[in-house]
Amino acid sequence: MQQANAMIEVRAVNKWYGDSFHVLKNCSLAVGKGEVVVVCGPSGSGKSTLIKCVNGLESVRDGDILIDGVKATDPGTDMPKLRARVGMVFQHFELFPHMTVMENLCIGQEKVLGRSPSEARDKTLSLLERVGLTEHARKYPIQLSGGQQQRVAIARALAMDPIAMLFDEPTSALDPEMINEVLDVMVGLAQEGMTMMVVTHEMGFARKVADRVVFMDRGEIVENSDTEQFFAAPESERAKQFLSKILPH
Amino acid sequence: MKGWNWGGFFEYLTNEYMLEGALITLGLTVFSMVFGLILGFLVALMRMSKHKILSVPAYFYTWIMRGTPLLVQLIIIYTGLPQLGIRFSVLESTLIGLTLNEAAYLSEIVRAGISAVPRGQVNAARAIGMREFQVMRYVVAPQAFRIIIPPLGNSVNGILKTTSIASIISMEELLRRTQVLIQEKFLVLELFIVAALYYLVMTTAWEFIQRRIEKRLGRAFDVQATVTEQR
Repeated sequence: MQQANAMIEVRAVNKWYGDSFHVLKNCSLAVGKGEVVVVCGPSGSGKSTLIKCVNGLESVRDGDILIDGVKATDPGTDMPKLRARVGMVFQHFELFPHMTVMENLCIGQEKVLGRSPSEARDKTLSLLERVGLTEHARKYPIQLSGGQQQRVAIARALAMDPIAMLFDEPTSALDPEMINEVLDVMVGLAQEGMTMMVVTHEMGFARKVADRVVFMDRGEIVENSDTEQFFAAPESERAKQFLSKILPH
Repeated sequence: MKGWNWGGFFEYLTNEYMLEGALITLGLTVFSMVFGLILGFLVALMRMSKHKILSVPAYFYTWIMRGTPLLVQLIIIYTGLPQLGIRFSVLESTLIGLTLNEAAYLSEIVRAGISAVPRGQVNAARAIGMREFQVMRYVVAPQAFRIIIPPLGNSVNGILKTTSIASIISMEELLRRTQVLIQEKFLVLELFIVAALYYLVMTTAWEFIQRRIEKRLGRAFDVQATVTEQR
């Protein structure tokens, strides 16, 4: 099922680690403009690898990946330019530890987008306000909690005015009491119509904002369904088993 | 004290000729450190490249430079090369020898520092659209630099003393000047002790400077320090 107005399109992608480990097996999916797609599955199923392939942080052996019609898998594509248009949030935040929160948000705006320092600063302050961290602008990442760091990381991605956002297990490294503050920001984004591809185990989040849920297992996309249908009546046995293990009793 | 000349000792402790020698030693140290670091950085990048055409020569370079004594390298540059018509002055030979030799050691330190920056940092920098040189310039290098300050400080301390080897090719640094004075004045022990004290003062001063640099660069990584600074 390919969509005409897909923002992210993954077409029959295969990836191996070495010659023996087939991490991604013929994976195809599409994320439409303004759509929120949650990718879930057991650990080792290849979902993090898949999302890293989308903006070329990992290479693929064959198949195509398109972002807004631009082929990320074409060796001639200017990947830095393409990546600047797609925001990415990582499991371990990956804020730059030697820069303050302000600098973390400004560096890309100034060095990649060429914004003036005052322009970048204004944008940064409005984003920090949005994620509720205005008073932390001058702090270094190490002084913030995990939840705060991840919100800064989301703001850093948003500072580039992305056309889509990729989330790679954004809450997996957080203490339980900090998960919601991050999910709240993500829900807000989804409701504003941001195109999002989210690798997560947060099924509550998926239920609330996902348009579709993609279930992966052992490198394959086993299921790609509307959210309601996925939770009400998953098609595959593997997805059923996964859900029964992960959903609260 | 029999045989020990206090007068001579104190005279040369503040002798202009000796002080100048110490300044030259300092100059050699700064020069070979700065250019050794630049060259070492390039060699490290070459060494880490996936292209064999870059990594093999880099490996070969460090292999030769670290596998032969600096003394031999200096003699080859100053005394050997003229045989092929390549002539360098004493100063040039010293600067070339010290820099090339130091760069080999520094490249290994730089390489270790760059490797120690987590892969996730590179991915994060790429993800916001930075080009490879920007990833290095703004994200990897600053973090690598902080990691390598302690071994780098060791290198400065080491090279401060290693410059004395250049006295062999009659480079007029601190040790050479000491020897020249000894031949005139015959205050062997006194003058060598003065020279040793000069080296000690310089390495000790460096130790203080290094501690300040470490503190400054470590600021962002020290919760205590950053908290008090903000208050």
